[in-house]
Amino acid sequence: MSSVSVKSLDLNFGDVKVLRNLNIEIEKGEFLVLLGSSGCGKSTLLNCIAGLLDVSDGQIFISGKNVTWLEPKDRDIGMVFQSYALYPQMTVEGNLSFGLKNQKMPAAEIQQRIKQASEILHIEPLLKRKPAQLSGGQRQRVAIGRALVRDVEVFLFDEPLSNLDAKLRAELRVEIKRLHQKLEDNTMIYVTHDQIEAMTLADRIAIMRDGAVLQLADPNTIYNKPANKYVAGFIGSPSINFMDGDLQAGGKKFVSNGVEIDLKRYEFASGPREGSACLGVRPEHINLGKATDKGLFEAQLTIDVVEPMGSDTLVWSKLGDQDFRFRVDGQTKLKTGDQQVVHFDPERVSIFDQDSELRI
Amino acid sequence: MAEALEDGPRGPKPKRTFSRRNIILYGTLIVIALYYLLPLYVMVVTSLKGMPEIRLGNVFAPPLEVTFQPWVKAWAEACTGLNCDGLSRGFWNSVRILIPSVVISIVIASINSYALANWKFKGSEIFFTILIFGAFIPYQVMIYPIVIILRELGLYTKLGGLVMVHTIFGMPILTLLFRNYFTSVPEELFKAARVDGAGFWGIYFRIMLPMSLPIFVVAIILQVTGIWNDFLFGVIYTKPDNYPMTVQLNNIVNSVQGIKEYNVNMAATILTGLVPLVIYFVSGKLFVRGIAAGAVKG
Repeated sequence: MSSVSVKSLDLNFGDVKVLRNLNIEIEKGEFLVLLGSSGCGKSTLLNCIAGLLDVSDGQIFISGKNVTWLEPKDRDIGMVFQSYALYPQMTVEGNLSFGLKNQKMPAAEIQQRIKQASEILHIEPLLKRKPAQLSGGQRQRVAIGRALVRDVEVFLFDEPLSNLDAKLRAELRVEIKRLHQKLEDNTMIYVTHDQIEAMTLADRIAIMRDGAVLQLADPNTIYNKPANKYVAGFIGSPSINFMDGDLQAGGKKFVSNGVEIDLKRYEFASGPREGSACLGVRPEHINLGKATDKGLFEAQLTIDVVEPMGSDTLVWSKLGDQDFRFRVDGQTKLKTGDQQVVHFDPERVSIFDQDSELRI
Repeated sequence: MAEALEDGPRGPKPKRTFSRRNIILYGTLIVIALYYLLPLYVMVVTSLKGMPEIRLGNVFAPPLEVTFQPWVKAWAEACTGLNCDGLSRGFWNSVRILIPSVVISIVIASINSYALANWKFKGSEIFFTILIFGAFIPYQVMIYPIVIILRELGLYTKLGGLVMVHTIFGMPILTLLFRNYFTSVPEELFKAARVDGAGFWGIYFRIMLPMSLPIFVVAIILQVTGIWNDFLFGVIYTKPDNYPMTVQLNNIVNSVQGIKEYNVNMAATILTGLVPLVIYFVSGKLFVRGIAAGAVKG
């Protein structure tokens, strides 16, 4: 039985279709990340699951129970918001106990739960403080605690780390991962536009665009075998290199402006074919030096711009007449105008249909 | 050893106390302050003089002989019509009108606005627009229809009728005030409370109300001064026994018979203006308190 299941969900705001026929099954204990750029409907979907928005059509099940018409409090969910949304006039303790008091829980049990949650989140010394006296990271911990004390089936996170600075974000990201490992029975649904958060936290990622899920898979598959061109371009930083060209010789080679790539090693998703296509190769899959193997693709490039970033260096160049970026070790000495031989393995590229943009 | 510095300007730029900018700025402020304070000064000194001293005509001179007799007379003895118990009657009438009007109008308007701002329903925008439109209709248009309505309800000339009128007329501006404040409360706070299982009243009393102290103070100030200073409704919808303080003041000051007792008039006027004045002095600080700080990233 799935923990959360969304069935043919539609949501319209007037004439605008925000979510279109969504179907998602989430296993118990799974960490699902909804990833997409702003306006793709990811937060809207989360709000629908939480019951904060009425759906236009379709059904939502949590632990096998149809919750489509239920109030948020009856759905066995806890939610963490981007702006923390702590009640400003209450202490941390008051914030944590608010939901429990609404359930008319006995005071002793409330105390017990608060103690437990604050130990997990390391916020015991803060219990008597008001939210205004907390730092951003502490506030977000309290916000997570507010979901934690309620002992719910599903945790919903709505961009919880987006208001924090980079260092805190990295720290809290690890803590959320730890929390998930500790609470292995709780399902977590996490909305973000940050691909690092998505890749590091998720068991599975759902990449959304215009109210539809483009690909729902584990991070490794999303990264290595993106289902379409948008996903390939969205995931990965620096972003993937795209080359427009043609598949020729029955799909055995890809030709683009005098560049010819041998595709014998490439695994076609739907069988080899010919026609116009787009080839994507990740900057980190390109290596310096001559090809050591006949199956590899090799090219000599003129270096255009070098961007050192410490741990590694991003090099801009052109392959054929199209921009071509590759990533090298930070210690590599390269400068503008240099000639450099590089190679990559055609097994690791992704090829997309020019019209449908789907992987082929 | 400190680094050797070049000659010439160093450190903060010196500021002259009597620069042209300061003279113009503070000069203007002082003149304006005097302009507003002078009438009050004249009122206070006149109210403390006896009539013979007033007849000397030195309006600005401080009293040679301080007497509180005019204040006593204004409060307890001045005659309006048949009643000769001074302004005290009007004062208590005004209090009896003020307290229920302020409380009822603010309670209704805040709940009203909370529903309009946070629990949007089909037609809530139209409802709000109609309500706000009410703020632009001149009172004079509605005077007679209200007389009829109050008569039919049996409330004409009664204090209860006046309370009802004040409550209704306060609704548009108060609803606007509260609604704008409630819409500025982060929506996520409201969502979090819903997830936490609080209902309509739970969110209102335990989340919204404690966060909204500043706007309640503003509303109280608006209503207290507005209702206390009202003359038109008071004179139309009540009878002499129930006249509010402003109407009674007018009747004392504008009486055409007998000698004009300027000192009594001044004392009566100050007494009437005292309530709004006290409200302003007491509540000034509360205006500034930002209770909502810390709700969202600060």
